[in-house]
Amino acid sequence: MENVAQKVDVHELVSTGGDGQQFLTFMLAGEEYGVDILRVQEIKGWDNVTKIPNTPDYIRGVINLRGTIVPIIDMRLRFGLNFLEYGQTTVVIVLKVNSNSGKSRIMGIIVDGVSDVYNIAKEEMKAAPDFGTAVDTKFVSSMSTVNDKMVILLDIDHMCNSAELSTIDAITE
Amino acid sequence: MSVDMSQFLATFYEESFEGLEIMESELLNLDIGAADSETINTIFRAAHSIKGGSGTFGLTAVASFTHVMETMLDEMRDGRREVSQEAVTILLSAVDVLSEMLTALRDEQPLNHDAIGKAQQDLDSLMAAGNGSADTSVETKTESMPNDSQNITGWKIKFTPHTDMFKCGNDPVRMIRELDGLGDIKVDVDVAKLPELNKLIPEDSYLSWNISLNSPISEHDVREVFAWVEDECDLVISPVTGSGGNNSPELQVDVLESSFNLLAPQGEKLVARFYEELFSRYPQVVPLFKNTTPEKQQIKLLTALKLVVNNLRNPDTLVKALTEMGLRHQEYGAEAGHYDAVASTLIDVMQELAGDKWTTEIETAWKDALTVIAKVMLDSYVPDGQNVATPGMVATAPVGTPQVQVKTAEKRKSGGEASSIRVSIDKVDELINTVGELVITQSMLGQFGEVEDLNNSHLEKMRDGLAQLERNTRELQEAVMRIRMLPISFAFQRFPRLVHDLSAQLGKKVELKMSGEHTELDKTVMEKIGDPLVHLVRNSMDHGIEKPENRVDANKHETGVVHLNAYHQGGNIVIEIIDDGAGLNTEKILAKAKSLGLVTDSENMTEEQIHDLIFNPGFSTADEVSDVSGRGVGMDVVRRNIRSLGGTVDVKSVQGEGSTFTIRLPLTLAILDGQLVRVGSETYIIPLVSIVESVQLDEGKINIVSGRGEVYKLRDEFIPIVRLYHIFSIPFDMNDDERGLLVVVEADGEKIALFVDELLGQQQVVIKSLETNFKKVEGLSGATILGDGTVALILDVKGLFDLNAKVATRPEFVFRSNSEEAGDKGGGNSGVAA
Repeated sequence: MENVAQKVDVHELVSTGGDGQQFLTFMLAGEEYGVDILRVQEIKGWDNVTKIPNTPDYIRGVINLRGTIVPIIDMRLRFGLNFLEYGQTTVVIVLKVNSNSGKSRIMGIIVDGVSDVYNIAKEEMKAAPDFGTAVDTKFVSSMSTVNDKMVILLDIDHMCNSAELSTIDAITE
Repeated sequence: MSVDMSQFLATFYEESFEGLEIMESELLNLDIGAADSETINTIFRAAHSIKGGSGTFGLTAVASFTHVMETMLDEMRDGRREVSQEAVTILLSAVDVLSEMLTALRDEQPLNHDAIGKAQQDLDSLMAAGNGSADTSVETKTESMPNDSQNITGWKIKFTPHTDMFKCGNDPVRMIRELDGLGDIKVDVDVAKLPELNKLIPEDSYLSWNISLNSPISEHDVREVFAWVEDECDLVISPVTGSGGNNSPELQVDVLESSFNLLAPQGEKLVARFYEELFSRYPQVVPLFKNTTPEKQQIKLLTALKLVVNNLRNPDTLVKALTEMGLRHQEYGAEAGHYDAVASTLIDVMQELAGDKWTTEIETAWKDALTVIAKVMLDSYVPDGQNVATPGMVATAPVGTPQVQVKTAEKRKSGGEASSIRVSIDKVDELINTVGELVITQSMLGQFGEVEDLNNSHLEKMRDGLAQLERNTRELQEAVMRIRMLPISFAFQRFPRLVHDLSAQLGKKVELKMSGEHTELDKTVMEKIGDPLVHLVRNSMDHGIEKPENRVDANKHETGVVHLNAYHQGGNIVIEIIDDGAGLNTEKILAKAKSLGLVTDSENMTEEQIHDLIFNPGFSTADEVSDVSGRGVGMDVVRRNIRSLGGTVDVKSVQGEGSTFTIRLPLTLAILDGQLVRVGSETYIIPLVSIVESVQLDEGKINIVSGRGEVYKLRDEFIPIVRLYHIFSIPFDMNDDERGLLVVVEADGEKIALFVDELLGQQQVVIKSLETNFKKVEGLSGATILGDGTVALILDVKGLFDLNAKVATRPEFVFRSNSEEAGDKGGGNSGVAA
């Protein structure tokens, strides 16, 4: 875990073979969350952002990702957890998010650290009960158990488009 | 000669459309009655190259249509014909038809024969009429065309190219094909001079042709075909004066009938063998038969053959049947070349089955017959007045084809948008130069990689090199950006014509003014803004500008003015369509809105809100529905289209004085001159164009207007102060107003003073949209990436006005309160401070 703050080539993490889906998991306040690995563009260390005025605090700002302006969302704040100072393991996972209108956009999420890559078979993905994790269950696509640990699989399209971000498509006048 | 012509075809279309644009604009420039011969020449040249090109590519319909136009222009050029308003109007509509034809051919769509026929008729009748009206000059004209031209039924042409004709890039096939477009032709090739194969030089021309052309056209027209090769060939043209008007070769009906009766018992075998042979000889035609089975097809062919033979003595029925067949074959995708293939295969198969009963007489008879059949069928593809055109044909032409082809049309269209761009050679040269410099800089910097130990002088040089690299890179970036940018005159250039036509149609006098044509915008945006602009201009002319008599009554000049204006503002390009017409009728709009249920009676609406109603779907206050506008499918579409480009459209109107439609579009790829300013720890960019001046703040000049914030007294003006840290709710480091700066910016004639901590440098920045991955943020027009790789936000001055108004007019607003209440304004549902 020491080197995760460096850029990690996603493809090296992907072990080959197996059915089902592969998920990249990350840590957030001691819990492990997973996102579809095919949506992950890259993982990079935390760097300074440019703040966007008059936006909610969980939108930390935008960064320059090789010429593209990419918004960065702090997952802790998004889920209403306490802010944690960014440290050695803090990383930004850059994701491709699809919106309802079929457009895709690039966004980064700040997490406490990346954890692992799991191959999770379809039948192991269970519907999420309404229980006491920090994450609103509407963002949870399913849950699974890997090595006796619980992994919460997130629906990033929903998560990154709902609420504040859903206004993106509407033209503001 | 199996060169892939399609690539040239694309260029031909592109150039033809350019030619048409030239023709159109020059036609509009023509002074009626006193035409400048240079202008006519320009139009003529454009028409001529379209004709030549279409002849080359076998687009006979276009070639023959253009030919008529060309003849007329030629007469005008030589002063044999008067340049009348009527002629210009007809030529303009002919240009339209031609453009439609070319579009249809390019998109492989069926031609609109009705329109073509009509335009051709207009041209023909004008040509005929012109002979009578232009008195003296006509004499010379008829003189040049011999009197016996009436009796001429055709021409015998002996065409002998010089041996070196190919070296000039001329191809005899092209001339022959062009002749084919003028009427029925029979071509015999003379191979007498052809040397033995081992002595043959492939680059030389040895052939000559005897061509008999069955068409009562003038000698001039025939010579015109060979105009480009006049000096490279021997040309003998002699008229054929004959009795009767039969243009098609006499068919030997008896021979045909008897030979077919001979073969009839073996009919099935004949057709079966025919297809076998056809497919083996010409595998490329197989796909044409994909929608049918061999059995069905054989029966079809046999029926068709019987039909032809049985009706040989009944030409009307025959032509009609063949025309219909031709239309069907057009749908199948059969081309001229395929008919030759079918003909030769059929004759060979017939010969095979007939055995020793086959004679050369029969063969010639069938060859002639099949040529005529193919001709009639092909003519039905593009009937063009000069040839057999039965009314039934025109009527049947559109049937069946449209539904089939609609899909391909849409596909083409969407593909077409991403086509090509014409870049001036200057821009490309600039690009090449810049890249050249970049390479030099690179090699200079590369040397340092080999230096063992760097000393100070190396460092010095390296620094120079890096500075140069920076300059090169910036130049390169600019040069590349500029390639995509085109002046908006490309979108504006169609309007003189539109206004010219519409004003005649509407019986109004309208003058079109244009300004800011050099404002550059991205090509993709330009392509998409065309239609909404057309709609708005039409709208202004139809609804805005009044009839001349009404204008005089209203104390206005009888000629109305529609003004198109374009300029850059902030991150936007602004296009205004201003008319000095009647303006929007507020009462009428309200009444209409009420009847549509868009508003209820009790509502208290501002003028602007009422004006905005016209952008609702189904909204039209035109009393009469004209074909110009008034069907209520317009403004909402305009707004939707502009929104889809990320822009806005709104209207300002004063009743009786006119309306102004303002379109604002983002410049997706625009470069902007920006002033970098610092507020707290943030860097923002203010577009340089909107900055009026920057002043050191003098605290004594700040006045506080109760409830409305502060104003700054700058000379004689009071300018509202906007504290960026305030409206953006960011931390700031200047409590001391004395050390702050005011940047006075202007938008829409209003000024505000932005309070910033420090002015940084000025630089050109590339606007990156925030909307791509995020969303539109009020007060920002986009972002850019600074030299150090960080992102800086670009301020949208117009947006700041609105944002300021929102923050300032809120009742709870307290001057210089802490930032938390401004903080939740954009925050939506969860604006918790970190």
